[in-house]
Amino acid sequence: MNIPEGLFYTKEHEWVRIESDMATVGITDHAQSSLGDITFVQLPAAGADIQRSSAIATVESVKAASDVYAPLSGEVVRVNEDIVVNPEIVNQSPYEKGWFVVMKVKGLFEKQGLLAPHEYKKYLDELSE
Amino acid sequence: MKLIFEKSVRSRTGFSLPGPDVPRKGDIDIRYTRKHQALLPEVSELDVVRHYTNLSHMNFSVDNNFYPLGSCTMKYNPKFTEKIACMEGFSDIHPLVPQLLGGGRLSQGALEVLYNMEMFLCEITGMAAFTMQPLAGAHGELTGIMLISAYHKDKGCRRRRVIVPDSSHGTNPASAAIAGYEVKVVKTGPDGCMDMRQFKDALDKDTAAVMLTCPNTLGIFNPRIKEITDLAHSAGALVYYDGANLNAIMGKCRPGDIGFDLVHLNLHKTFATPHGGGGPGSGPVGVAKELVDFLPVSRVMKRPAGAFYLEYNNPKSIGYIAPFYGNFSVILRAYAYILILGREGLTRVSEYAVLNANYCLCRLKQHYDIAYGRRCMHECVLSARRQSENGVRALDIAKFLIDKGFHPPTIYFPLIVKEAMMIEPTETESKETLDKFIEAMIEAAELARTDPGKFADMPATTPVRRLDETRAARELNLRWRPDAG
Amino acid sequence: MSYIPHTEEQSRQMLEAIGVSSIEELFNEIKPQLRPRSFDIPQAMSEQEVVSCMRRLALKNVTSLKNFLGAGFYDHYIPAAVDMIAGRSEFYTAYTPYQPECSQGWLQAIYEYQTAICQLTGMDCANSSLYDGGTAIYEAAMMAIRVTGRTKIIMDSGLNMIYRTMLYTYMSNLNIEFVETPVIHGQSSRDEIFRHLDEKTAAVITQNPNFFGAVDDHSDIVEKAHSAGALAVISVYPVSLGMLKTPAEMGADIATGEGQSLGLPLSFGGPYLGFIACKQALTRKMPGRIVGATVDKDGKRGFVLTLQAREQHIRRERATSNICSNEALCALRSGIYLSLLGRSGMENLARLNYDKCEYTKDCVEKIPGIKVKRSSPTFNEFTIALNRNADVVAEKMIDRGFAPGFPLGKFYKGMNNYLLVAVTEKRTRQEIEQFVQALEKVL
Repeated sequence: MNIPEGLFYTKEHEWVRIESDMATVGITDHAQSSLGDITFVQLPAAGADIQRSSAIATVESVKAASDVYAPLSGEVVRVNEDIVVNPEIVNQSPYEKGWFVVMKVKGLFEKQGLLAPHEYKKYLDELSE
Repeated sequence: MKLIFEKSVRSRTGFSLPGPDVPRKGDIDIRYTRKHQALLPEVSELDVVRHYTNLSHMNFSVDNNFYPLGSCTMKYNPKFTEKIACMEGFSDIHPLVPQLLGGGRLSQGALEVLYNMEMFLCEITGMAAFTMQPLAGAHGELTGIMLISAYHKDKGCRRRRVIVPDSSHGTNPASAAIAGYEVKVVKTGPDGCMDMRQFKDALDKDTAAVMLTCPNTLGIFNPRIKEITDLAHSAGALVYYDGANLNAIMGKCRPGDIGFDLVHLNLHKTFATPHGGGGPGSGPVGVAKELVDFLPVSRVMKRPAGAFYLEYNNPKSIGYIAPFYGNFSVILRAYAYILILGREGLTRVSEYAVLNANYCLCRLKQHYDIAYGRRCMHECVLSARRQSENGVRALDIAKFLIDKGFHPPTIYFPLIVKEAMMIEPTETESKETLDKFIEAMIEAAELARTDPGKFADMPATTPVRRLDETRAARELNLRWRPDAG
Repeated sequence: MSYIPHTEEQSRQMLEAIGVSSIEELFNEIKPQLRPRSFDIPQAMSEQEVVSCMRRLALKNVTSLKNFLGAGFYDHYIPAAVDMIAGRSEFYTAYTPYQPECSQGWLQAIYEYQTAICQLTGMDCANSSLYDGGTAIYEAAMMAIRVTGRTKIIMDSGLNMIYRTMLYTYMSNLNIEFVETPVIHGQSSRDEIFRHLDEKTAAVITQNPNFFGAVDDHSDIVEKAHSAGALAVISVYPVSLGMLKTPAEMGADIATGEGQSLGLPLSFGGPYLGFIACKQALTRKMPGRIVGATVDKDGKRGFVLTLQAREQHIRRERATSNICSNEALCALRSGIYLSLLGRSGMENLARLNYDKCEYTKDCVEKIPGIKVKRSSPTFNEFTIALNRNADVVAEKMIDRGFAPGFPLGKFYKGMNNYLLVAVTEKRTRQEIEQFVQALEKVL
């Protein structure tokens, strides 16, 4: 399972890259692998206000459907139209080309609730027991 | 095979309508008419018959193949019920006839079937009354949830939560959510039954109901079931029985006797009406005394003199679940099935359903992981976990079975078992059939050990090979278009 | 006779393999206090006895009445080929096609049915069936609520009262605001609909032809609904679509209807067939099973159930609907029926229904004491105003061998003297004339 350094993670299998007050959000390698071939992605509208832990996107595969939750509160600045047109990008490149949204973060203190890479790895190990 | 649309030849017709025997008046105003004809097929009757007959040869069906789909009860559909469903007095009655003044006397036979069926189902399940309206099992669940909601509202309570075990059929939480309830999921313990501690913690003043099936989807009868229903009742919650597994306990146990307040049955499972490729079904709902007032209208009642009539005057009723009285011709078939089986027959059904499933379990348990316990009821759950270590998953074993002429068991359900395979042979299958199936399953386990790579090419004997389901969901093609070619 | 093939010897062998001495032992978990308090089902019967018993019951139902009763469910002729094909047990004893490789027959048949419904309604995409026309409207309303995030539904009272009642029943727990708008001179009241249309409206639901048989063009209602950000749902009578403007041509987002008229017997209330079809943009929001085309590993065309991620067996409490079993066999019948009738047959059928109804209207109008409602054109059903209670007239007509129609007082306040009369291609000129004569005598 690929868990790159330099990112934060959530128990719902999202990753976040934080650069000053902007955050890029996507789903982890574990998530794309358990879903299988992703067939459909629904993204929020640019400008949408989002609360931490609320569902902001939906991902569907042939055998499952999942919500993607906001790891932080803020406002959606940009969404990745590429993955709507070609959902397989999320499978192929979950941490780079397969990003979901870029958001302007409202409460950076919420960062404390996120997991560091080694914490996320530990969490995944616990899950597979 | 070509689509019927692709077999069209311009201006060919397949059906002779009578000529107009009345003078033709003017056309309807053009602003109300369609601009272009509907591009339906243009084929002859022979084309149609040949086309569909050939399609029918590309299907597995109970009449062709062993179909041990767990949770679906694919038992043999007795043919005499088809004969009955076609009787003119049953197939041609307009449903509004008994609602006309003087119309009741024209449909006494049909009303009697509905009334008697209600009586039978009450006796089989130990409930006080039934509604035959729900048109499928899931529809029955939704009806049940609505009855539960009406009951609590009538008491002035606003309870918002429904408890389901994590082993439940997907329609249980879906029905609860659709009707506006929050769903609280309780884990299954190592014994294969709902975890009692978690259940007690989850149960509170906000619990409207608990939805269970017994035996559960793992094929296990919970010996503490009465304790569960008692606990629910003392918390003021109702208990709902998902009747999908009734085939295991007829004559042995009645949900009404062990504390269930509502029950839905699947006539297309337990009562042998045909599955029809996915429907129509029928999901009648039975209730305990306290819920009778809330049942949908109309209800079929009997006058002292013996005549049957429709009662609409039930002010607390939740309303209409179906346009009329339920899927009548499905109910008719199930009624005839109960008549032919009788008391002894229904009991034997459960006895042999349980015998068959246990036979499969005991002969396969060295070859596959068993989810829980040494015994089961009418269905057993195996796991292909061992085989998956060699890269052979439940899906692959399913495709192997197809090549052997067996419809695979249910796979990947219940969700709590990895690589689950749920086998429900039903009582109508012989020992010879089971033995052949067991041999095939053992062969699959062997092959998974010795030559796992072979599975990727299966099935090889069907009209099509493995299909690209990802492509089907990414590039939606849900209908033929003339320009598509 | 329980269709159980086991011999004594086989049962013994199986019990031995399992390691128990009797079948009863397999039920040990069910303790004595959990056993049935009673199980008073009659004794078993032979096939012959059951058939005879059922025949006696069937004969207690009268089917010899000449049927002028419609109200959403119609007496049409069903070609013999429909019964024969749908009666093939390879179709009717199969299960839902979850294993596509061994269910191509069913999957292709449903794909063809979906296509036929799209052709008939003009819409982009249809599902594989819902229970009936009423639950189809409910599912359409739920789609609209989910898509718009709004909670108000405007329903025209020309929509079958049975369906309106079903909608109230299904949605009673959901905090939905319902508005019913009147039908005036047979047409949906635009003033009332437009008055209520606002930013809280999820959908406007109308029916064409409406319950009174009146035909209309709802394009203006659809347009106004769209400008308010609401969806337009139209419930249609499929046979009429051989002639009438389609929901797609009116711009509707979702078309629903009852498919009973497409090759299903009246069958005392069921099984019936709910069809639902929608615009491309709403495809992923549609409930129920949907068949899609794809290819197999050899590049050959094949069919599968697709978009299953929306369904209950995957999404569970977040499913688009709880529907599992549907009306597949009924959809098959309709697919066969539409293939037999075909492109020109559908048009001719509609024409026949329309002409016979117009003729009946003209004849009935000549009867003193009857007024035929002519404020709107109709398709194959029309409303007449009698000079006395319609229930009583209907009863007298039954005595004369006719199911004369549906007394509207049952569903509409103040309409006790109104009768809804339906005429299909099955009614011969002779039957129509006898009907008119009988009606004249009764009045």
